[in-house]
Amino acid sequence: MKVLVTVKRVIDYNVKVRVKSDNTDVDLANVKMALNPFCEIAVEEAVRLKEAGTASEVVVVSIGPKTCQEQIRTALALGADRGIQIETEDMPESLNVAKLLAKVIDEEQPGLVIMGKQAIDSDNNQTGQMLAALTDMPQGTFASEVKIDGDKVNVTREVDGGLQTVALNMPAIVTTDLRLNEPRYASLPNIMKAKRKPLDVKTPADLGVELKAHTKLLKVTPPAERQAGIMVASVDELVDKLKNEAKVL
Amino acid sequence: MAILVIAEHDNSTLKGATLNAVTAASQMGADLHLLVAGAGCGAAAEAAAQVAGVAKVLVADNAAYEHQLAENMGKLVAELAKDYSHIVSPATTTGKNFMPRVAALLDVAQLSDITAVESENTFQRPIYAGNAIATVESMDAVKVITVRGTAFDAAAAEGGSAAVETVDAAHDAGISSFVGEEMAQSDRPELTAADVIISGGRGMGNGENFALLEKVADKLGAAVGASRAAVDAGFVPNDMQVGQTGKIVAPELYIAVGISGAIQHLAGMKDSKIIVAINKDEEAPIFSVADYGLVADLFEAVPELEQKI
Ligand SMILES: Cc1cc2nc3c(=O)[nH]c(=O)nc-3n(C[C@H](O)[C@H](O)[C@H](O)COP(=O)(O)OP(=O)(O)OC[C@H]3O[C@@H](n4cnc5c(N)ncnc54)[C@H](O)[C@@H]3O)c2cc1C
Repeated sequence: MKVLVTVKRVIDYNVKVRVKSDNTDVDLANVKMALNPFCEIAVEEAVRLKEAGTASEVVVVSIGPKTCQEQIRTALALGADRGIQIETEDMPESLNVAKLLAKVIDEEQPGLVIMGKQAIDSDNNQTGQMLAALTDMPQGTFASEVKIDGDKVNVTREVDGGLQTVALNMPAIVTTDLRLNEPRYASLPNIMKAKRKPLDVKTPADLGVELKAHTKLLKVTPPAERQAGIMVASVDELVDKLKNEAKVL
Repeated sequence: MAILVIAEHDNSTLKGATLNAVTAASQMGADLHLLVAGAGCGAAAEAAAQVAGVAKVLVADNAAYEHQLAENMGKLVAELAKDYSHIVSPATTTGKNFMPRVAALLDVAQLSDITAVESENTFQRPIYAGNAIATVESMDAVKVITVRGTAFDAAAAEGGSAAVETVDAAHDAGISSFVGEEMAQSDRPELTAADVIISGGRGMGNGENFALLEKVADKLGAAVGASRAAVDAGFVPNDMQVGQTGKIVAPELYIAVGISGAIQHLAGMKDSKIIVAINKDEEAPIFSVADYGLVADLFEAVPELEQKI
């Protein structure tokens, strides 16, 4: 079985983004970029399936400008076999991404697609679900456990009230939550080896997809700042403040 | 055209998040319909008909919708969508699961987790863990939207008298099935609805020590939350996680105990009205958002707090 994994290049999760002073967008100039943490978990899960003998090949796809090849190489260093970059401008809309991925699925015919549940830049949490609808596949979102059982995959999902398990016919789409696994670090020899793994570049035109704008970003502003608070010296003072100043007790 | 709000429910009662979504939807237009899709969901539909401001309740009562499987819900809602200008759902794990499928089937974008309605086609939503707010205009004919509950007041659960209409459409995609669930049992208020929350982080040391927080919670009628580190370490279950990728909360009072204040945690709680931080490290970033900070060992401060409130 072939496993397809998608990865996105995003701001490093330790970096606090700043809004540009003209409020057109956030400022990503000279900011450290990385593999989206949820995508990293997706890569790890796919590689584990290969190590367990369940998957025969792990193909990793990223959509964006040439710079996203860096994240494809990271995934290859973690153990994916081959990469595909689909060249687009920065930050294509989720629906366009899903349409491009649907074409890749047509060509590659994977048995399982593993994606991150959300990218930590746009925080949309939607591409996997959209792709599942476009390809008429079942979905196991926010997965904390993935178990393949014949031609079905059982996915345990992190939901608001606890955990839910669903059984999906394969091919299926899984989106990862934080507790699915703990991704490994790439070793130096594997980073070197990754440089020689195949990486195909395609355009939306190659795939016959026309990208369409569905939304317009009008402005980006910083969130409301919180008023600076105070330090209290004791529990007594804290309780007094909560009762008499904040009036929340 | 009318606006369709998808109700979140457990077949017998309406979940609170539905009421916040109704308020958001009422800012997009006047004619509000609520869809209750479930199995044996008559009681939930009756509750839906009472919600103030709702003109019509659509009930799709069919085994295929019992667990709101995304594959089936997506098809149902996409089919109903032709009569509506906006499809709105709470940004709960249920809404987040099926709504993007609806959007894709309609060939439109989804606006996720909106926090303000500027006009019928322009909305605000947080991006980058809430460190920026995007104002986005939708150019689609049908707008598919999920709503962050904490950003909108709840509509009144009573006072309405909507007409109830049955929807016959039975979409069973037949490609997925429900196997089981493990739901947290708790007498405490739900995190997203609580007025007071006390959350513990890695500093709690282990799961047993969460009893210290529970004692305070008992006195305050509070919910108990956690940081990701506390959940990952197995101290407490996943449904207690507050943050960018957990639950978004905005209570009157949020008490963070042994939590450092990572960007991702702040994203889930920094809209709380009053924030208290108890941490032994005076440099902890949580103090930068706290109204009241106390530098102390939590194992001394929390029992003392419990005594004194
Ligand atoms: C993609 C992604 C998504 C994430 N999503 C979330 C999310 O939704 N929610 C979330 O919370 N995190 C999230 N995180 C994790 C986040 O980055 C932090 O790692 C996490 O919030 C840290 O939890 P913590 O504050 O409990 O632990 P730590 O950062 O280890 O802090 C523990 C704190 O406890 C204090 N302490 C220790 N002992 C005591 C004591 N005896 N008395 C008083 N204080 C004490 C320490 O001084 C320290 O400040 C995410 C990370 C990633 C990469």
